[in-house]
Amino acid sequence: MLRKNDTPGKLIVVEGIDGSGKSTQIDLLYKWLKAHGHSVHFSEWNSSALVKSTTKFAKKRKLFTPTTFSLLQCTDFADRWENQIYPLLKAGVVVLADRYAFTAFGRDVARGVDRQWVRNLYSFALQPDVTLYFRVPLDIAVERITSARAKLKYYEAGMDLNLSESRVESFGIFQARILHEYDRMVDEFGLTVIDGTDSVQKQQKLVRNIVKQELKGWKGLPIPDESVFVYHQSEIK
Amino acid sequence: MSESKFYGAGFPYLKTKDFPGKLIVLEGSDGVGRSTQTQLLRHWLEDEGFAVSDTGLRRSEMTQAGLDEAKKGHTLSRITMSLFYATDFADRLENQIIPALQAGFVVLSDRYFFSIMARDIVRGADPEWARKLYGIAIKPDLVLYLKADVPHLVSRLIHGRGLNFWEAGMDLYPADNLYDSFVDYQGRLSVLFDQMAKEYGFVTIDAGRSVKDVFEDLQAQIRNLLEDQTIKS
Repeated sequence: MLRKNDTPGKLIVVEGIDGSGKSTQIDLLYKWLKAHGHSVHFSEWNSSALVKSTTKFAKKRKLFTPTTFSLLQCTDFADRWENQIYPLLKAGVVVLADRYAFTAFGRDVARGVDRQWVRNLYSFALQPDVTLYFRVPLDIAVERITSARAKLKYYEAGMDLNLSESRVESFGIFQARILHEYDRMVDEFGLTVIDGTDSVQKQQKLVRNIVKQELKGWKGLPIPDESVFVYHQSEIK
Repeated sequence: MSESKFYGAGFPYLKTKDFPGKLIVLEGSDGVGRSTQTQLLRHWLEDEGFAVSDTGLRRSEMTQAGLDEAKKGHTLSRITMSLFYATDFADRLENQIIPALQAGFVVLSDRYFFSIMARDIVRGADPEWARKLYGIAIKPDLVLYLKADVPHLVSRLIHGRGLNFWEAGMDLYPADNLYDSFVDYQGRLSVLFDQMAKEYGFVTIDAGRSVKDVFEDLQAQIRNLLEDQTIKS
C-alpha cells in the first residue's frame, strides 16, 4: 500500500517488462499532453545525476548484490522524488514516470530480496493516479529486445543470478519471474492492464482516453502563456 | 539457539548457516574516541591471537567515491542520503562483515546502522521505516556504547580535528554557527542513543574518562564475550 496522492499534481506511471513498449507509449503521451497546454514533467528510471557515477562504477566491476542493487536504485529514485517529482506534484504538474516503485517490486523480488522489505523501502512514495501496466507475453518481449539490441547487458539479463550461461536464456528466466511479480501487483496496487501486443496507435488511443478521464475537470499549474493554455484547455475537454 | 541472526528478513538469497566469528560494535557520538579505541582493541586482539577485521561507515568500495562527492554539494536530500548510507552499509555487510564472520574473524565495527538511523531520525525520517530498512542487519554479539556529555565531546573535537559541518548537523541549522549547532544536534542524537541502548541492549561505557580507563572497560566486556566462545568450542 502506498499513500494516496494528496498533492494538486497528477502522477501517471507506465510499467512493464523490457520490450513491453511502455517507453514508446509514454513518449507519445508526453508530447500529446504538452501540445494540449499542460505543465508536464518526465522522469525516467535510474536517471539521477547524483547516483550515476556510483551505479556505473558498480555495474562495471560487477559489485552489486540483490540488496545493494535494490538500495542504490531506491537512492536514485529518492533523489528524483525529493528534488523533482514530489515538489512538482505539489506545484500542480502532471508528472509522467517511465517506471516507478513497481519496477523495484518486480525486479528486486525476482533477484531474491524480501517482498515486504522492498515495499517498505519505497513507502515514502505516493500511489500514482494512473498506473498503466503494459502486458506482453514473455516470448514477444524477449523477441523484441534481442532483435533490437546488439547484446544484452549483464545485469539487464540477470546474469548476476547465475540462472544460465547464455544471456538470452538468463534474460528469459529473469523476465518470467518479473512478469509473475507484476501480475501479482495488478490487484495489490490497482494497475491498469494494457495489452502490449495491440498496435501502437490502438494502445495510444486507449492511454489517452484513460488520461483524459483522469484529468477531466482538473486544473493544474498554468503555463505562463495564458492564451495558449486556455485555448488548449478547452480543446482537451 | 533458534533466535534469528538478523533484525528482520536479512538477505533471503544468502544461504548463511553459521557464523563462528564475533561481531563487536562500537557506537557513540562524534569525538567520543571510538576510532582511538577501535585501533587499540585491534592491536590487543591480534596480540591475543584473534584474526580481526575492522570496518566503519562510508568505507564501502562501491559507494565511497559517490557518497563523498554527493556530500560536497547541496543537493543531497534527506531520504536520498539515508538510502545512500544504507547502500554503503549493506555492501560492507554482505561483502566484508558476513564473509569475515564466516571465516571466524572478530569483526570490529566502528559504528553500525544505529548511528545512521539516529541521524536519519533527527532529520525527520520515519523511525519505523528506518527500523524495517535495517532488517537486513545482522545482530551484533556486543554493542559497546561510548557515552560522554556534550561539553566533553566539544573539548575533544576542538583540541583534535575540529568541528565539522555534518557532525554539527549544519544542514539542519543553516543560519546558525557551528558551535551552537553541534551542541543542539549532538544533544538530540544522544537522546536517541539512550533510547536505542535500551531497545537493542547496548552496554553503556562512560567515555568521559581517560583513554586507558575506557579501554580497560572495553577489554573486560570483550574478554567476557570471547571467553564464552572458547568455553563452547
